[in-house]
Amino acid sequence: MILLDRVTKKYVRSEGTALDRISLHVEPKEFVIVIGQSGAGKTTLLRLLTREERPTSGKIIIGSIDYDKLKDKDIPLLRRKIGVVFQDFKLLPNKTVYENVAFALEIVGVSNREIRHTVPKVLNIVNLKGKEDRMPRQLSGGERQRVAIARAIVRQPRILIADEPTGNLDPKHAWDVIKVLEKINRYGTTVLLTTHNRDIVDKLKRRVVVIQGGKVTSDRASAGYKH
Amino acid sequence: MERRLITLWRIIHTGIVNFMRNVTLAVAAIAVMVVTLTIILFSLITNATFENTIAQITNKISISAYLEDTTTEAQAKVLVAQLKKQPSVHRVQYLNKDAALKAYIAQNKNNQNLITAAATVGNPIPATIQIYPSDLNEIQHIKDILTTPENTKLQTPGSPSYNGDRKQAIDNITHATNVLRKIGVVTVIVFAIICALIIFNTIQMAIFNRRDEITIMRLLGAGTGYIRGPFVVESAIYGLLSAVFSILIINSAFLASSNALQASSLGLLDINYASQYFDAHFFQLLTLQIAIGIIIGTASSVIATHRYLKFKTK
Repeated sequence: MILLDRVTKKYVRSEGTALDRISLHVEPKEFVIVIGQSGAGKTTLLRLLTREERPTSGKIIIGSIDYDKLKDKDIPLLRRKIGVVFQDFKLLPNKTVYENVAFALEIVGVSNREIRHTVPKVLNIVNLKGKEDRMPRQLSGGERQRVAIARAIVRQPRILIADEPTGNLDPKHAWDVIKVLEKINRYGTTVLLTTHNRDIVDKLKRRVVVIQGGKVTSDRASAGYKH
Repeated sequence: MERRLITLWRIIHTGIVNFMRNVTLAVAAIAVMVVTLTIILFSLITNATFENTIAQITNKISISAYLEDTTTEAQAKVLVAQLKKQPSVHRVQYLNKDAALKAYIAQNKNNQNLITAAATVGNPIPATIQIYPSDLNEIQHIKDILTTPENTKLQTPGSPSYNGDRKQAIDNITHATNVLRKIGVVTVIVFAIICALIIFNTIQMAIFNRRDEITIMRLLGAGTGYIRGPFVVESAIYGLLSAVFSILIINSAFLASSNALQASSLGLLDINYASQYFDAHFFQLLTLQIAIGIIIGTASSVIATHRYLKFKTK
């Protein structure tokens, strides 16, 4: 469960408000698409959820974690519970595909045997079998994005946040990524997806939240959406 | 426990792998560290050479107490025993009249007139106690013992010899050696501080180049130790290799110039001692260099990573 209650984010140096009293409630196992123009506040919203930023006011609760009571030392524990796919991939440049995905498991102390068992399976899901030893610079944009997805899902998080995961991809690769996200959602993971891509929004038929000027202007199910 | 061991192994393994994958950065950092550690090592050896020169000068300086012919050997031995008890005294040598004459003749073997004159008047050389101080600054203390009323009675007028022109010469040497010692210590400390700052900046720049990695690892939920650990291991490898290269450079320099060093001299300064000192203390110097390299390297990486590991609190 994700709950944002009248969340406001103002940046000290910039004029205006990035997010203005936003309230959002996402149920477990739900697939929610957040859309809006550039600068609308989508990325700020996701940065608040990963605790890269702190809200100026308002309340954020994910699962049983109340962000107001979250201490700095507990932030890594929160981030381990959330899978995040970043728009710019954020792959570790000095690690191979395999190592990038394995890193997510290593930091939570998973045994080497389990890592050797799990990582190939996840790479198979995102169609990266045979590319385990490649470095990120040797991959195409689509492949990098799939590595980022593999890394986000390998810990089987309850919540997956994907920030414009198709933004840098051609239509074919974009749909490959969306299919993976749908598959993950079917396994029971709550997915929060931000996108510009109208085609994806129309075809996915999921709940759509529209943000404009830092405010939620629409929150509705797409035609054919079933939850 | 097992999980901690796995984590520790992963940190070390990642540090080694990162070191090998960032060879260009590693070579640049090691090159700077080699130069700076070599400067530290060079200043240490130079300081030891100065210390050796000071020790040689100190060993050549002694105070002589000339005893009256009426002073018995038993009285002389009591005085010798009293002097030997003093921590400021390094060595005491007692020469009775005969031994003192022999020493005088040996010292003046090229001056036949002096030897003939000494033989003509019998033995004019008094029994002598030669006192070698452990530190030139302690000479006055030794003089104070020799000039107590009961000890003065045992000596000829004008004894002990630490007076007049000789006093001035010894005082000048004492002052010069004290200044040299201070210069040596200050030089080593100043070089060490400068080198530590250079190494810190080098590692800070190396980590600055990879700050995005730290940010990504933070976003994925990695703990502080797990992110910082491999950087610390990498820096420790830099320090270890730099120390070894630095020792090898100095060793090669001494090997290449061994003949020249043996043939050269700068007055009192025994340059060849630098090579002897390096050979005699090779493993101590290697250990010291490795310790300095690793400590400065790891401390620098801990400080340099700190700023990228902070969470936003506002």
